[in-house]
Amino acid sequence: MSSKVRLILDGFVKNNPTFVLLLGMCPTLATTTSAVNGLSMGLATLFVLVLSNMAISAIAPVVPDKVHIPVYIVVIATFVTLLQLLMQAYTPAVYETLGLFIPLIVVNCIVLGRAEAFASRNGVIASAADGIGVGLGFTLALTVLGAVREILGSGSIFGWKFIPGDGMLAFVMAPGAFICLGYLMVLFNKYLKKE
Amino acid sequence: MEYFLIIISAIFVNNIVLAQFLGICPFLGVSNKLSTATGMSGAVCFVITLATLVTYLVNKFLLVPLHIEFLQTIAFILVIAALVQMVEIVLKKTSPSLYSALGIFLPLITTNCAVLGVALNVVTKQFTFGGEAHFLNLGESLVYALATSLGYGLAMVIFAGIREHLSLSDVPKAFKGVPIALVTVGILAMAFMGFSGMVK
Repeated sequence: MSSKVRLILDGFVKNNPTFVLLLGMCPTLATTTSAVNGLSMGLATLFVLVLSNMAISAIAPVVPDKVHIPVYIVVIATFVTLLQLLMQAYTPAVYETLGLFIPLIVVNCIVLGRAEAFASRNGVIASAADGIGVGLGFTLALTVLGAVREILGSGSIFGWKFIPGDGMLAFVMAPGAFICLGYLMVLFNKYLKKE
Repeated sequence: MEYFLIIISAIFVNNIVLAQFLGICPFLGVSNKLSTATGMSGAVCFVITLATLVTYLVNKFLLVPLHIEFLQTIAFILVIAALVQMVEIVLKKTSPSLYSALGIFLPLITTNCAVLGVALNVVTKQFTFGGEAHFLNLGESLVYALATSLGYGLAMVIFAGIREHLSLSDVPKAFKGVPIALVTVGILAMAFMGFSGMVK
């Protein structure tokens, strides 16, 4: 059991998809205009990641080697479509905000990367644990980036406004995304990454 | 006039990398050298335009008549993957020099979210170019796809040029590699924000 816990914890720091592996940059930059948006995007990716990891680890032994990438992509696309339909039904407002980046989870390199590097050669339970770990690591990174941009850009956090005034608008817009992520990576490199 | 607005808007105002955040992975990955950056931009340009044409037709004549638009994501990614594979085979036979120039970039394009992003944008989003909000027709879609990918190339080439100089400068250790690249892109994006307001 402890090895499963280890797998989950690894996803947070050692294999953090955003700060260490540099995967899934597009949704990371595009959807983190606020902490809530970052959190929802992270959770959406977590959902697809866990389910596709489990499904792929289950079917991997019978998939011919030559067509494994197309098969994995179809499996992932199926879960993404499922997520799209669920979100349209139950959380239409969130779906509207995240927009294009929900269907684009299909081409998020984190999902296909984990399928290829982990799920295809491990058991279902271990793959689920790996999916949870990496998914939570991604969610954490997105929420932190969203929170920083929300504080600097609009003076609030999770929608709670504690600095009066407009804030620095540039941080909510495109340039702020790149600059904040750059500086967060610097902090991560300096204090958390072990050689 | 509208085509002109589409082109300006797609290249400068809503630049696909610097304003829409699509295709960031290859943007950061292959922008170390100017020559690879141009190769990648050429390949992306070709595939985005072709993929938009095919997915537009698939959507209009297959998915919409059958009322299965919710399958757009799956259908489009399959079309794109097949298309990239086909382009690879055709290029290999007909133009080996171009094939070897594009080299490893071709297979990578399947997972470039810019391709799927543009294809989905064209069929699901309503655009306002000076006039009323409307879905793009086939001609407008193609112009939009081509201009968007030219914008991708423009951002890529500018950034590769900056990065070649950056690699020679003395950067603090924690900033080395991707962090300083991201900060640079941020400043580049700020420069491109100057174009906003040109087209509503």
